[in-house]
Formats: sequence, structure tokens, C-alpha cells
Amino acid sequence: MLINHPLLGPRDAAEFTYMGDASLIHRPDWQASDAAAQFADYGYLRDNPAGLHRELWFHEGGDRSWLVVTRDTTTHEITQVELARDVARREGRST
Amino acid sequence: MRYSGFRVIKEALTGHRGWGPAWRDPEPQPAYDIVIIGGGGHGLATAYYLASVYGQKRIAVLEKGWIGGGNVGRNTTIIRSNYLLDGNEPFYEFSLKLWEGLEQELNYNAMVSQRGILNLIHTDAQRDAFIRRGNAMILNGADAELLSTEQIKARYPFLNTENARFPIKGGLAQHRGGTVRHDAVAWGYARGADRLGVDIIQNCEVTGFVMEGGTCTGVETSRGTIKAAKVASCVAGSSSRVMEKAGMRLPIESHVLQAFVSEGLKPLLPGVITFGAGHFYCSQSDKGGLVFGGDIDGYNSYAQRGNLPVVEDVCEGGMAIFPNLGRARLLRMWGGIMDMSMDGSPIIDRTHVGGLYFNGGWCYGGFKATPASGYVYAHLLATGQPHPTATAYRFDRFNRGLMIDEKGMGNQPNLH
Repeated sequence: MLINHPLLGPRDAAEFTYMGDASLIHRPDWQASDAAAQFADYGYLRDNPAGLHRELWFHEGGDRSWLVVTRDTTTHEITQVELARDVARREGRST
Repeated sequence: MRYSGFRVIKEALTGHRGWGPAWRDPEPQPAYDIVIIGGGGHGLATAYYLASVYGQKRIAVLEKGWIGGGNVGRNTTIIRSNYLLDGNEPFYEFSLKLWEGLEQELNYNAMVSQRGILNLIHTDAQRDAFIRRGNAMILNGADAELLSTEQIKARYPFLNTENARFPIKGGLAQHRGGTVRHDAVAWGYARGADRLGVDIIQNCEVTGFVMEGGTCTGVETSRGTIKAAKVASCVAGSSSRVMEKAGMRLPIESHVLQAFVSEGLKPLLPGVITFGAGHFYCSQSDKGGLVFGGDIDGYNSYAQRGNLPVVEDVCEGGMAIFPNLGRARLLRMWGGIMDMSMDGSPIIDRTHVGGLYFNGGWCYGGFKATPASGYVYAHLLATGQPHPTATAYRFDRFNRGLMIDEKGMGNQPNLH
């Protein structure tokens, strides 16, 4: 697989480390009254869809940026690549 | 029809006209006591033990495609019980004991071959860990023996024991481990279950669950609604896709694992060797092909095919330890979809939905577990209680901090 890095262009997926579902950007609030239940879901439960999947790839063998890759798990086709930083900002998780 | 040597001779002398189908092809009934979703090894074994050990009647196995067309026909056929942790080792040893009696019980030649499995050691720390694991195995009634480099060289003279990065410093052997003809396991259990009255319904895809008052009372299928007092999902690889229809999210990611077989060669490799440090393991099939594999690709996939970096990684590992492998040509390579769970161990449990049961999360170790998985799942379905060897395989172990994490990797499914 080739991942079209937003800054570096097409890179071999072997340079990256897969870090799971991009919903992990949304860490629960530790002060919430049901924080334990929220963290159990966050830590252990996954949608695991057959089809489009937004996922985190860490460019460990490159510029060490985190990406959000949208990929079809039934064909491995990658349709969108964004910097995780931009996604987190857009979704209100970072400044 | 019982199979026997006399039967083979009789049929040979009479033109092989007496062989019948090994199982029926029934139409689905409107209702059953127990419906098992998934006609793989585990589902068929569950049906067999429900009928044979637990005396259950009116059982159906629903299979989307044809039986044995999933992971039971895609694995690398190894059986073993060399686990460390208390939650696992009694279960896998129970499974290995069932393998030992399987062919007589089923009257079916599954080619169970206890040719032994050897885990290679490269460092002092790894030797300590393997000695500990061997002792845990012996405490649980399994067999384990620590071998020296000389003993390994005597059995496997072609292994490269002097690799600069991973010199072979010994190994942990389980002589009762080995290989089994994987398709025959599915066929043997299917035939055994069918003879006890189980309906095996192929080309019957489950498209939804019938829910009444929060209780599961049947399944919607491509061949109509089938009611059932108990519905048992047994579809490792597709667990999330099926259980999503019941509104469940699982502690599972689906990953692709690749496997390889070389052209047929003369007998070369007498047992199973695993080179964990180099992500490579290998055995030789009775047809002569070297059957080998390594790590999962590492990203979510339902595609049943992987990518080339892992092919390269597996073959590099093979060449490092097993240099004459390079003279063999690769015949086939393929992929299968694994239920990678959050701690690397399976789940066999009831769900929060009444009447709905779950068996999955087998990671890439489901084949060796086939007999015990079926047996303990049948026990759960028939008695409502977990089997004594499977009490740890509960859904709630993650929330309660009771994970069964053999590799100590935490909640990263692609690292187990």
C-alpha cells in the first residue's frame, strides 16, 4: 500500500506504524461521572467496519507525523489522507 | 455409513458405487432449539458436541457459503498446547487431548500427526521465559522438553544455528504437538454432527437477529426467518459484522494473516519449527509442501489478501534460519481474516442479549482450539455455565482488568 502523505507525497505503508481506529483521537473526559465506563469503551471496543475505515498511521520511519487515513478494509484502497493534527483541531480536540 | 479398511476394499472391488454423501443437504426448518451461525470448524464442532455429549436435539448450523470455506481451510494446520497463562493452558491442553482421540471418535481420517513442535531459543532471557512456560505446561498436564542446540541439530541438521543476530541456543519442544489435515476436521465434524441429526444448511447467510422484548428468538437469513431458543454466533473473522446486527461492538479488530506453501518436496522437515524472533514458522505437509507463515499484516482488513512487505519479512525470517528454503519455489500464498482481540485470547460467553451467545476473538490461534472450542461452547449452550477449562473467556474481563495477555502487549490487537 502507498499512503499519500500530505507533506511528503506517496510513501510506502511499511514506513508507518498502524495505531488503530481514528476515533481514538476522542479520549474521554476523565472527570465525567461515568469516566470508567467511557474509558472501558475507549480502550477496548471498536466498530471494526467492513468498508470505509478512518484510522491512525504513525510515520515512524519518516517525519514522525500522525495521519488519519480513510481506507476501505475490503479492498485496501485509500481514499483520503490528512494530518491527524488537522483532524483533531477540526473536531475540537486540539488548539 | 461407517468408514473402514474393509469398506475401502469392498468399494474398490465393486466400482466405488456404494459411497454416499457424507452429510445431507436439508431445507431449513422454521424453528430449532439451537441455531449456530457459522459452518467453520468451531461451529461444526459445537453442533457435534451439543448432539453427542450434551444430548441436544433440533440443532442447525447456518453457513453463508460452504462449510469449511473460511479459516478452517486457510490456516497452517498446527496443533499444540504450549501456553503459559492459567486462563489458557488448561483449555488448550483439553483441546490437544480431544485431538488425540478425534479420528476414532468421528470415524474419520483427519490425519492427526503428532510430529512435535519446537520453539527456538536465541538468548538467555528467552530460555528463562521458555523454561517457565514449559513448567506451566507440565503443571497443567501437558508435555514439554527443553532441548539443547545439539539435540536440535540432530533432528534438524539443515537449520542455521550460527545466525549472527539469532543464533539457536536451544528450544522448547512439545512432542505431542503436530499437524492435522484442516479440511478433514470440518468434514469429519460435519459428518459426525449430521449423523446425529444436526441440519447443516449451506448458502444461508444470516442477515439479522429476531428480537422480541430484548431477547433474541431467531435469525433472519437469506433463506427466510429461522426461530431458535438459543442463537450461537461462531464466525471468527467476521464477528464484528455479525454481532453489529445485534447492536454490539466487540473488543476485536479484524486483521489479515498471510500463509504460504512451497512446491512439493521430498521429506525434509520432520516436525513443526517456530522462529518467533524472526516471525517465521514452518512445517511440511504430507503432500510435501513446506507450509509456512509469520506475522499478521497489522492493519484492519476484511480482504483475505495481504501486502508484499509482510511476504518479504516472512521469507527473510525463513532464509535466516532455514537457508535451503531458498531453493524451493513458492507455490501459493493466501490470506485469512482474524478476529484479533484486545488481549490476544478468545471470548466464549453469553451476551447481554438473552438467548444470544458468542464465540470468537481467536486471533491467529483458532485452528488448534477447534475441538475444545466446540466442546466448551456446547457446554455453555446446554448448561448455561462456562466449562471448567473456559471460565476466563468472558466478555467482562477487559473492564475488570482480568485480561489473558500471553504476549503482554496490552490492548493493541495488531501486536498479539
